[in-house]
Amino acid sequence: MLAKKDSVLVEKKIQVVNKLGLHARPAAMLVQKASKFKSDIKLQKEDIEANAKSILSVMMLAAEVESFVIIKAEGEDEEQAVEAIAKLFEERFGEE
Amino acid sequence: MKKPNKQVCVIYRGIPASPGVVIAKAFLLDRESIQVTKEKIEENEVTKEILKFKKALSDTKEEVLKIKEKVAKRIDPDHAKIFEAQVMILEDGLINDAVIEKIKQEKSNAEFVYRKVIEQTITTLSASKDEYLRERIMDINAVANRLIYNLLGIKHLTLESINSPVILVAKSLSPGDVVHMKKESILGFATDMGGGTSHVALLAKSMGIPAVVGLKNFFDHIQDKQNIILDGTKGEVVICPDEQTLKEYEKRKKYILQKTVELSELKSLPAETSDGRRIELSANIELPLDVDSAIEYGAEGVGLFRTEYLYIARADFPTEEEQYKAYSEVAQKVYPESVILRTFDLGGDKFDRHTGDLYETNPFLGWRAIRACLDLPEMFKIQLRAMLKASAKKNVKIMFPMISEVGELKRAKAILNEAKEELRRKKIPFDEDIPVGIMVEIPSAALAGDALAKECDFFSIGTNDLIQYTLAVDRGNEKIAYLFQGFHPAVLKLIKQTIDAAHNNGIWAGLCGEMAADPLATPMLVGMGVDELSTSAMAIPEIKKIIRSIEFEDAKKHAQEVLKLSTIEDVKKFLTEDYAKRFGKENKNKLT
Repeated sequence: MLAKKDSVLVEKKIQVVNKLGLHARPAAMLVQKASKFKSDIKLQKEDIEANAKSILSVMMLAAEVESFVIIKAEGEDEEQAVEAIAKLFEERFGEE
Repeated sequence: MKKPNKQVCVIYRGIPASPGVVIAKAFLLDRESIQVTKEKIEENEVTKEILKFKKALSDTKEEVLKIKEKVAKRIDPDHAKIFEAQVMILEDGLINDAVIEKIKQEKSNAEFVYRKVIEQTITTLSASKDEYLRERIMDINAVANRLIYNLLGIKHLTLESINSPVILVAKSLSPGDVVHMKKESILGFATDMGGGTSHVALLAKSMGIPAVVGLKNFFDHIQDKQNIILDGTKGEVVICPDEQTLKEYEKRKKYILQKTVELSELKSLPAETSDGRRIELSANIELPLDVDSAIEYGAEGVGLFRTEYLYIARADFPTEEEQYKAYSEVAQKVYPESVILRTFDLGGDKFDRHTGDLYETNPFLGWRAIRACLDLPEMFKIQLRAMLKASAKKNVKIMFPMISEVGELKRAKAILNEAKEELRRKKIPFDEDIPVGIMVEIPSAALAGDALAKECDFFSIGTNDLIQYTLAVDRGNEKIAYLFQGFHPAVLKLIKQTIDAAHNNGIWAGLCGEMAADPLATPMLVGMGVDELSTSAMAIPEIKKIIRSIEFEDAKKHAQEVLKLSTIEDVKKFLTEDYAKRFGKENKNKLT
């Protein structure tokens, strides 16, 4: 076994602000963004967890407007990954 | 179920997805009959089956990308993004790995395994409370079906191959289907599934193909090549129309066509008289959804949002959060125009469960609307806080219904101030100067207009109730319905007096009852000095047309003449003759 890599879980809690929630198009944008990072990225809403690199998984979160989602990442680029995804939410996935 | 008799026409109601009326033979598209069965594969076939799956994935992806390009070119790049999600479903590692894993473990055929994996996802999504997400199931189904067709080596029937003019009928259609429709051959379409916000509906609208969706089990009731009428404006489909129905719809079809042309010409023009008097023309709505068609018809914002729907469709009182969502949705959609939110106009028993079934001999004169709200300030504040929260962008106005005297308005405003204070303490942003107005719908309010105008920012005259209360006529009572006359000289005097009281105190006066949608009344109302008319969305183009054709100075004289008349008959005769002089004879009095 290799020595455990020097990485801790990075987390950030955000609120869904685009009015349609995490539906198909925002989900697609999120997955595209997540797939650019090497880290494992998860989204958590209440007790459901989704793989941020799987569109169906993200859609199944059914994150509606105003719900809270926790972004978690673990891996070599975890911080950048969390920041990049949080930014998508903050920018309402380009809605409006 | 019995097939409908040939002589009788049967009307099916669905959801209007894309407007327009078309008449043609039905073309039944049956995609649902593809059955996928479980088949065992041998150990040495596993690799081949996985390869087959991967090939089908890439073929399907290519097909979807082609459709995407087509949409980007034919419609717009924004709509094309729908298909990005479809491509990503095909690229979804979680799903694909699960399928490959299962092919290996279960030694089953790829199409069966894929169906099963996708169905699990669909089950989870169908449990979502969010209608929008539930509708995404159709997108997933569309892409899954396409993949399964490719796995089975069946050619996907594209709708381009249909050449004679038909109305397409299917249980469900995918956005990809709609893109392939040629307007000359597919005049319209009807589906059992779907809702007004589905991608299929959005695409149909942008391509200008009339459509009705959500017809439930229409597909089982219709035969191939049957004659049908599809009315995408109303959301209806008629099977086997008789001669007379056909004629009616032919007429409606022409009418809608003509209106559509007028509408697009009028939409961007202001509601302004020929000598420059600007009237604000806005829409009455019941649901946040109605805003879209209001904008489509050229409304300048919402002049009356009847918030009761929030209560009516459910058993308990809507939460602050739910209300906020609905109000802010409307506010966002109409921005930079504004929305007037009217507080609940319901019987008091609806607010407070503990009062139980309240029996009132005279509910319209009873414990309702602002009267109940003032007695139940905590419930009232829930609604007021939700309204205030939605006002952060300064395009929300609050309106109290059924105000009968100044004291009531002052009490309502005091409760509003408490709600504001609560939000300030929590540092929640809202419009500090949010305009507050009242419905003038009780004669005492019209008579006390001067005093009321000093306490608020605007009036909106609710003619329906004003007529009912002034003339003591319950318009729901058929025996006396003939007495319900908006053109009663007393009603007209109250309207004029209300507008004058507003103007004398520097506030504006609108009118949001049915009279606002009556073309006969428009010149008179403009002449009386009304600043805003709020009507159902559909009436807006016609009213706008009339406003644009009249001269304010002339309308003022016209209104003065009307106010001199002493009987209902005289008023009607005067208005009808005047209307005929202005616009020809074909229009009829809607208030009779």
